[in-house]
Order: sequence, then C-alpha cells, then structure tokens
Amino acid sequence: MPSIIYIHPDGRGETVEADSGASAMITALTHGVEGIVGECGGNAMCATCHVYVDEGWFDRLPPRSDDEDALLDGTAAERWPSSRLSCQIKITPELDGLVLRLPDRQT
Amino acid sequence: MSAPNSPVSTGADAAGIPHLDIDPFAIDFFDNPYPTHERLRDSAPVVYLDKWNVFGVARYAEVHAVLNDPLTFCSSRGVGLSDFKKEKPWRPPSLILEADPPAHTRTRAVLSKVLSPAAMKRIRDHFAAAAEAKIDELLQRRQIDAIADLAEAYPLSVFPDAMGLRPEGREHLLPYAGVVFNAFGPPNELRQTAIERSAPHQAYVAAQCQRGNLAPGGFGAAVHAFAESGEIAPDEAPLLVRSLLSAGLDTTVNGIGAAVYCLARFPEALVRLRHEPSLARNAFEEAVRFESPVQTFFRTSSREVEISGTRIGEGEKILMFLGAANRDPRRWDDPDRYDITRKTSGHVGFGAGIHMCVGQLVARLEGEVVLAALARKVAGIEITGPVKRRYNNTLRGLESLPVTLMPA
Repeated sequence: MPSIIYIHPDGRGETVEADSGASAMITALTHGVEGIVGECGGNAMCATCHVYVDEGWFDRLPPRSDDEDALLDGTAAERWPSSRLSCQIKITPELDGLVLRLPDRQT
Repeated sequence: MSAPNSPVSTGADAAGIPHLDIDPFAIDFFDNPYPTHERLRDSAPVVYLDKWNVFGVARYAEVHAVLNDPLTFCSSRGVGLSDFKKEKPWRPPSLILEADPPAHTRTRAVLSKVLSPAAMKRIRDHFAAAAEAKIDELLQRRQIDAIADLAEAYPLSVFPDAMGLRPEGREHLLPYAGVVFNAFGPPNELRQTAIERSAPHQAYVAAQCQRGNLAPGGFGAAVHAFAESGEIAPDEAPLLVRSLLSAGLDTTVNGIGAAVYCLARFPEALVRLRHEPSLARNAFEEAVRFESPVQTFFRTSSREVEISGTRIGEGEKILMFLGAANRDPRRWDDPDRYDITRKTSGHVGFGAGIHMCVGQLVARLEGEVVLAALARKVAGIEITGPVKRRYNNTLRGLESLPVTLMPA
C-alpha cells in the first residue's frame, strides 16, 4: 500500500496507508486526517480538499484539468503554484511517499 | 419473458424482490417517514413499490451507485415519476437536471462557473452581513415563526438580488418552486393541484428568465453572458436561468428551516455551536444530512442492468430515497443523531455525481452565515407553539415553527 504523508500547518506530519485507486481526499477522510473537508464528496465542486503538493512531487502528478484549475481560484486559503484538489489526485503505487501540505483553512 | 437463470425484472412482474405496499408520496408517510425508511432499507437492496410501479433503493450503497452511473440510470427521461419517453412533460424539460451527457456536460459547465467557489467569495460578505442584520431584527421581536421570518425571509433577502431579479413579482418564486418539486411526484392530489394552479407562476418565471429582466452583475446575467461567448445557444440561457429559479430558493429555505429545527430540538447542539461558531458550516451540512430537504429523485434505466443482484429491465423508473440513505446505519454511525461535529462528507442530501446540486455552494454559504449569526447572538431557541409540516412530493420541511429566541 502506498504511504501518503499529510503535513499540518503546524508542521506535524501524519503518515497513512492509502488504497491504490482511492483519492488523496478520501484517503485523508478515511484515516481521520483533520484539515481536509471534502464537502462535495469528491465531485470536484467545492474546493474544500485543497492541498499544497510538496516540491519534487508536483510534476509527478497528472496535470490539473481546466475544471480543477478554475475551482482552485476559489480556495479559502491562498492559492499557490503547487495547489491541487486532493479529490483529483488518484493514489497509485508510484505515488508511495507522496507529501501533501495542508492549508490553514478549507472554508 | 425472463430466462430462468437470469430473471429480468420488468415492471409489475419484478420477480425475486420484495414488493412493498408503501406510498412514499402520502401524507401519513410525510408525517413520519423514518419507520418506513427502515423497512425499505431492511427489506432488500432493491425493492418494488406496487403503488406506483417503480423500483426503489433506500440503502446508501445502492443510492450512491445509482447516482454515480448517470448513463445507465438516466435523467433525460425525467427525474420524477413521469417518463418523458411516454408522457409529455408538464413544462419544457430542464437543460441540466433532465439531461444526460454529452448534452448535460456543456450546460452543467456553465452553471458550475456561474456558481463557482470564486463567485461565492464575491458575494460572501454581503450574504453574511444580511444574516447578521436578519438575526438582529428577529432578536428585537423575540417571538417569531422560524420558517416565515427566518428560513424563508433570509434567502428571500439575498438570493433574488443575487440573481438580479426585478423587485416586482418575487412572491411567485416560492410557489413556483413548490410546483416544480411537487411535479416530480406521482399524479396525486399534491401534484395535480400544484400544476393546475401553476400558470401565473410559470408566466412570471418565464419572463424573469429573459436577459432584459436580469440586472447586470447577477447570476442571471452571468448565465446570459455565456450565450454571448457562444458556450450555450441564446435560447438555452433563459432555461438555465429557470433552473436557478426552480432549485435555488425553496431548497435553501428547507435547508435553513431544517437546521433551525434541529437546533431548537437539540439544545446541546446549540450550546456546542455557541462555544465553537466555526462549526456553523458543518452544523448546516449535518442538518442537510439529517433532514434531507430533498427527499427523493427518480432515474430511468436506459438498458437492462443489475443492482446488487437484482436485474432491472430497460425503461424502468427507479426511486432513490436520499433521506433514507442519509440515515442508513450501514454507512453512518448513530444516524438518527444530529451531531454537528460529524464527518458529513459523502452524504447524498445534495445528490452525488454529475447531477450533484450545482448550487450547493450557495446553499452552504447561506446556511453557514445564518448559523454563525445565531451562534454569536442567540442563547436559546425554544419551540412555543404547534410545529406544522409542509407537504410536498419531494421537499421535506415545515410550514410553521413558532419559537422564542433568547438573546445571548
């Protein structure tokens, strides 16, 4: 199982084992990682599963869709170049060790 | 006829699944749907309702599965009982709700952009200020009807302006929405009466959808702007505005009504919310799960299909019990408890998949700012008179909720 490391705004890291094929949003919710809301349940409509992808990992993810790009303009925390919606990041074995930083707020 | 080893359920012949004598559009059902929801869930993953000759799914897993397979379980034949392939719709079909991909994809994209997170940022401060002002005003009066004076009055004070509607004629908005949501139901008295009386409301809405009647800067004008840029045809814009007028008001009225009714019935939730006003948004979301203001929608099978071992033939109507799925103990811990700290993600109160409520962000914004204002200003909500239910084939909510507001 690939491990995903979520880093909270206070610097605390949380490592969880993800199911391949699950999204990084669902993985966080399943493991009780605070800081991911996912109000729309993963339908790419709400922008409350915002994450900053750690340097080195961003380019290894499939690119954002136009829809995701537009949604990121509405995130509660500041949008950075590394911003993604975690519901759109599908976990695969190649993403073992992925590091995602959580913003200070989602709504 | 069905082959012996692969029985195909076709309408009233539906074999091998429980046939239930339940009318989920009857007044006594509306008064207390929960025991019946439990019976629906516990009978089987798929049931057949003889009263209206439809299949039903009430467990979370099956409701979620049907919502997420929009090509098999199509919307273009209507999301009410009426099959548009067999019956003329009571109004021209919606270009988004009652459409399938690929036609749906384009219209959906337009409304998603009009109601995007970025668009919400622009209206947020105004919506929040209006909620504060409304609660201040109601605290002066103390004794109010939480439905008319808050659940209806607040959305009416912000949404029509956000749409860009003219001031005149807004009294048609709630009756029109009432017709729309009654019309998804079967041809019972609720539906027939609503449609018979709908002409003036339809005329108002049709006129308001025209570009000239929509103020610049509003959601309505924003929809029409997409016609100018060519993403939709000019004659599609009014119908997409109609979708916002159909589904943008009564739903939030019932959502806010549900939340206030929860806080009035469960004072410990209000205490918790007052301690932590940042829970306001989740307290609203949990109220949407708990009460499910939109109780049901139908789909139509576009081909023979199997759901959890039950084969369903082509052209069958399937009734999804969203409210029952949102309280399915197979999915939710302690489902009959209103818990404002619950992880609500995944509830189907707004639907799921490609047809999931396109206005969900407006609903959440309205719910959050009203509950946040209550959390800061109101110490108690006491029910002081008879609670009256409002009956609608699709919407669950109250007609009247007399309460006294205690100032903080």
